[in-house]
Amino acid sequence: MNFTQLKKNIKKDFSAFKATKIAILGDTPTQLLHIALRGYGFEAQLNFDIYEAGFQQAEREILDSASQLYHSKPDFAIIFFAAEELQKKFARLPLSEKQHFAKNQLSYYETLITAYSQYSGSSIIFLNFCMLPDGVYGNFANKTPFSFSWQLRAINAGIMQLAQRHNNLFVVDTDALQTTFGFNNRLNQTVYVNTGIVTEPDFLVGLVKSITQVIQAIQGRFNKCIIVDLDNTMWGGIIGDDGINNIQVGSFGIGKVFTDLQLWVKQLKERGIIIAVCSKNDEAVVKEVFEQHPEMELRMDDIAIFAVNWDNKADNIRYIQKVLNIGFDSMVFVDDNPFERNLVRRELPAVTVPELPEDPAGYLNYLQHLNLFETATFTAEDMKRNEQYKKEAERVRAKEIFTNEDDYLASLNMKVKIGRFNSFNKPRIAQLSQRSNQFNLRTVRYNEKDVEHIAGSDNYMAFDFSLVDKFGDYGLISMVVLKKQQNVFFIENWLMSCRVLKRGMENFVLNSLVQQAIAQGAIELVGEYLPTAKNGMVKNFYHSLGFKEMADGKWQLNLDNFTPLKTFINGSV
Amino acid sequence: MTQDEILRQVQEVIREELDSDSVVVTAETIADDVEDWDSISNIQIIIGIEKKFGIKFTAMQVNSFKNVGEICTCIQSAKA
Repeated sequence: MNFTQLKKNIKKDFSAFKATKIAILGDTPTQLLHIALRGYGFEAQLNFDIYEAGFQQAEREILDSASQLYHSKPDFAIIFFAAEELQKKFARLPLSEKQHFAKNQLSYYETLITAYSQYSGSSIIFLNFCMLPDGVYGNFANKTPFSFSWQLRAINAGIMQLAQRHNNLFVVDTDALQTTFGFNNRLNQTVYVNTGIVTEPDFLVGLVKSITQVIQAIQGRFNKCIIVDLDNTMWGGIIGDDGINNIQVGSFGIGKVFTDLQLWVKQLKERGIIIAVCSKNDEAVVKEVFEQHPEMELRMDDIAIFAVNWDNKADNIRYIQKVLNIGFDSMVFVDDNPFERNLVRRELPAVTVPELPEDPAGYLNYLQHLNLFETATFTAEDMKRNEQYKKEAERVRAKEIFTNEDDYLASLNMKVKIGRFNSFNKPRIAQLSQRSNQFNLRTVRYNEKDVEHIAGSDNYMAFDFSLVDKFGDYGLISMVVLKKQQNVFFIENWLMSCRVLKRGMENFVLNSLVQQAIAQGAIELVGEYLPTAKNGMVKNFYHSLGFKEMADGKWQLNLDNFTPLKTFINGSV
Repeated sequence: MTQDEILRQVQEVIREELDSDSVVVTAETIADDVEDWDSISNIQIIIGIEKKFGIKFTAMQVNSFKNVGEICTCIQSAKA
């Protein structure tokens, strides 16, 4: 993919894609970025509607609540300030002030971010600064705060801290991209001198890809699971032929390659990616490696689900999908065998299947640079996720013992805690709202600011639900936002994690809603289903709960003659 | 490489970058004569020519090009 191809994309038909409004705010000409981003949207199936701030107007527009920027109502603002501009500013400062440069710039950026948050509230994507060695102090620049390198690095570090403090601020690591592409492939001096543009067109391809991945993650499109093959992928050699003592992992043969790859997968697990194994082998032989091999980094506990047998891999991935209940489009499948990769690509086109390099020594680097696991949040829930899915796999097995569904549900000892939106659970609520695609009635995405707004508003009643059963703690798994319209309460959104399907959770939630709504004087609940590509499973949801369809397609429930639905869940507030 | 051959290859780059097979250029052609050859396309065309011929223009040269002919002359001396 190169810039010329992205530019050609602009002429194509975007009408079927999700419209997303973007504002580009730069201090150097941003027309190339505009073209590249719009064009890349075609690849990502996003219809970017882009507003570009006037030349050298970015800062004024951010600070002026009546500016065109805010009239354009952007969903995302991209702030692209160039290190080259900073360098000029830094150079002109008297020496005595140079050591305070980063501090002053950062407080200025915070002013801009605060103003934007106040006037718009949507997300900001800040492109960090590319390192720009200036040769003034040589390597000694790393030993004195009077150098530009010192100050520039401090600014990049400070931007990370700003992003930690401001929920709606996200950073794209432009500097890491420069490290990958090389300085001379980022900045074309000829172009820079004649136009002021600081990015080579083909460098922009990588940059807009990164920007788009961040946008998609914020919009709830990201990968949740990595499915790995074992022989010649997670270790060298074939366990069935070579035996446990002869596979290459750790210090044996080229084992280092696979050890590094395992360590990387383990870190993905730590941060909330579900690890599944899909391998053509005997399960007992494979498990022995995870249990016994002294140099394995990945252990039984790290793997949420094993699909180890001699069936075809597409069927095994279908099985994994069924147990985990996540979309195929949030799965990555890693396998050294081109035949298996092509089979999965053909059978399950939504699954991401990286085309690995031939030499295993290149696997890890290749996977790392694909940036397959972008995210917009990281909370305590993420650290427990793999464990939760592991429990789910156990539940699937336990369920097979009970022939009567009610007996099974009663045996689970389910307890639900009903909460109201507050500042403690704000990040979790926002995250659930971004992650849930299938059991999501209107797919309204709430960011932390929205949650805060709802929590403080008299026009809303909003509830969250956390579930525990005898197998463990699921954490926050469902939420409902009711909007009061006099004595009719409209269900602005109702969503639930698919991990807890088929337990009568929805019955319990409706019983609670009705009780609370009546207490607030409601006589009627109104729900609506807005179809997306993914939420077909809840098409008949309101019908199944006893709501009556109205002329406008919405669903209505009278509260005066409501009979509570059957549930095996005990609630507490 | 002959002048004609250079001109033909330059035209190829321009067609590719402007996504138009009907563009015809001569030594006298200036950017304003060609639809869509604006300052942005100009960057693509200059970089495209550099890649195609494996050369690097100086900032001064790029700044002073008056027409396609001058670009071709510059390529020829760089390749000589």
